[in-house]
Amino acid sequence: MRGKNDLELVALTKRYGGTTAVNAVSHLFAPQSYVCLLGPSGCGKSSTLRMIAGHETVSDGSILLDGQNIAHLPPAARGTAMMFQSYALFPHLSCKDNVAFSLKMKGVDREARHARAMKLLDLVDMTHLADRLPAQLSGGQQQRVALARALITEPRVLLLDEPLSALDPFLRIRMRGELKRLQRELQITFIHVTHGQDEALALADEVVVMNNAVIEQAGSARDVWGAPRTEFVARFLGGHNVLSLAQGRFALRSDAVRIDTQGVEAVVTHVEFQGAHVALTARMAGDQEILAHIPEAAFYADPKSPGEALRLTWDEAQLHKLTA
Amino acid sequence: MQRILNSRHLTGWLLAAPLVVVLAIFLVLPVLMIVVVSFWQATEFSIVPAFDLGNYEFLFTSHVTLDVFWNTFRYALITWALTLGIGFTVSWFLAFHIRSQTTQVALALLCTVPFWTSNIIRMISWVPFLGRNGLANQAFLSMGLIDAPLDWLLFSDFAVILAFVHLNTVFMIIPILNSMMRIDRSLLEAARDAGASPFQIMTNVVIPLCKPGIMIGSIFVLTLVMGDFITVRFMSGSQSANVGRLISNDIGLLQYPSASATSVVLLLTVLLVVAGMLRLVDIRKEL
Repeated sequence: MRGKNDLELVALTKRYGGTTAVNAVSHLFAPQSYVCLLGPSGCGKSSTLRMIAGHETVSDGSILLDGQNIAHLPPAARGTAMMFQSYALFPHLSCKDNVAFSLKMKGVDREARHARAMKLLDLVDMTHLADRLPAQLSGGQQQRVALARALITEPRVLLLDEPLSALDPFLRIRMRGELKRLQRELQITFIHVTHGQDEALALADEVVVMNNAVIEQAGSARDVWGAPRTEFVARFLGGHNVLSLAQGRFALRSDAVRIDTQGVEAVVTHVEFQGAHVALTARMAGDQEILAHIPEAAFYADPKSPGEALRLTWDEAQLHKLTA
Repeated sequence: MQRILNSRHLTGWLLAAPLVVVLAIFLVLPVLMIVVVSFWQATEFSIVPAFDLGNYEFLFTSHVTLDVFWNTFRYALITWALTLGIGFTVSWFLAFHIRSQTTQVALALLCTVPFWTSNIIRMISWVPFLGRNGLANQAFLSMGLIDAPLDWLLFSDFAVILAFVHLNTVFMIIPILNSMMRIDRSLLEAARDAGASPFQIMTNVVIPLCKPGIMIGSIFVLTLVMGDFITVRFMSGSQSANVGRLISNDIGLLQYPSASATSVVLLLTVLLVVAGMLRLVDIRKEL
């Protein structure tokens, strides 16, 4: 499906000397959606984002926005805007002037650019602190200002480089709600780089999992979580077992594993209470570890402790064959 | 007794005492002496303790001294402008164009190499280069750029400024480099992202964030140049004068009261200049 303002990567490659950070990545991002680039550090997700933003030169390949190759345009001419990991607010400028910075560069007069900046600050609920310096703001407030500054250029694609990593867990959950709300309101594409799978699953319309400079799997959060294609994806998303069975390797959601009177024999090695469920680790024949998420009530009806033998079972339909 | 020893005030004073004593004996007392002597009277053969404003009156009414003060300011301003330009450019190159930190440190140290020899030797070494039959003139002649040797290369204001810039640029480079190194690189990217041209990045981001470094370097250069007397004597071939030379001449002629009065005025001038600069920029952030 192609729409207006869609972003496509074509064989996008980044090499640093001998190492390849991004290896011929091709992907069409769903337009006007919230996309999360997910992967461990060093997987190439940040390099990909920085190439889209124009802060990293492209070694090979193209970046198409609305059908136009933007790979060699300066950052401000691309129709993208970037929000930096540490927010990169100018420490010598007030919030208002930070937000108005790009308009000042364009030569918009003081009054007009301040009026526009106040509108953007209103969007992120920060008008009351417009005259403060960044150092006088909390992390969450700085982030709102950074967001307003990125949005004032009216980008078609907003690029967010680990935007929530500097916040405490409570604020992180609140801010991700706001990011999602903004994306819905503005109807533009957000590309959000993160290494937190919970963040990606919570936010993304489309999750793009990267590893070793390539895309491992892309799709809606539910599809990727429900049917990981490779062992890496299954392990990285968490909550999955990777089992070697006679027919090959399979991913199995740990909440699909049940304790039963028949099934595979196993010995409990570890029990961890996690609130709504209990994480039970057991060792099966062939020295394979298996993790089962048992609903809390069901587990305590017949509690198990480490060293006990038990039988585990699951529906065959829950097994997903892994390609790698 | 115990209570007195435990008093925080006393400990504080005791800790500060050595420095207070050293500064009092070697700084405050001599300055006071100079201030006192500046009011004394002097003739060709005697110095008379008195309270007389004659020295100051002469200082502020004589065309010679006013010219010399003006000349000192001129040297200071031109040197300041040139060292600032060079220092900022060199720092920019070191901070933003050199990627490896080892190279950065090595090049910064290279800037200080001239300081491994004495001031005077560095000045004198210009003589064979700039003189009438010096390297520069010979090179220009052999290239056919000039027909006759240039006279203004040595023993001129040009030579004085050249030496000042040579001697003092590093005092500009180091503090500015220090400020620049503290600028988060993502700020420059953020500015680029917002559509700033390289020149706009310089004027809107780098210069404002370098202000403390620029100010510290400027204070170094201005005070060094305004207090100098040897560079002007050497490089102008005793044809130009600044306040430092005025004072040193007076001392040579044993006119201590007059030298003292000039010193006091120079000291106040420099302090006023520095105070004015400190009002413009808060350098405490940098210390």
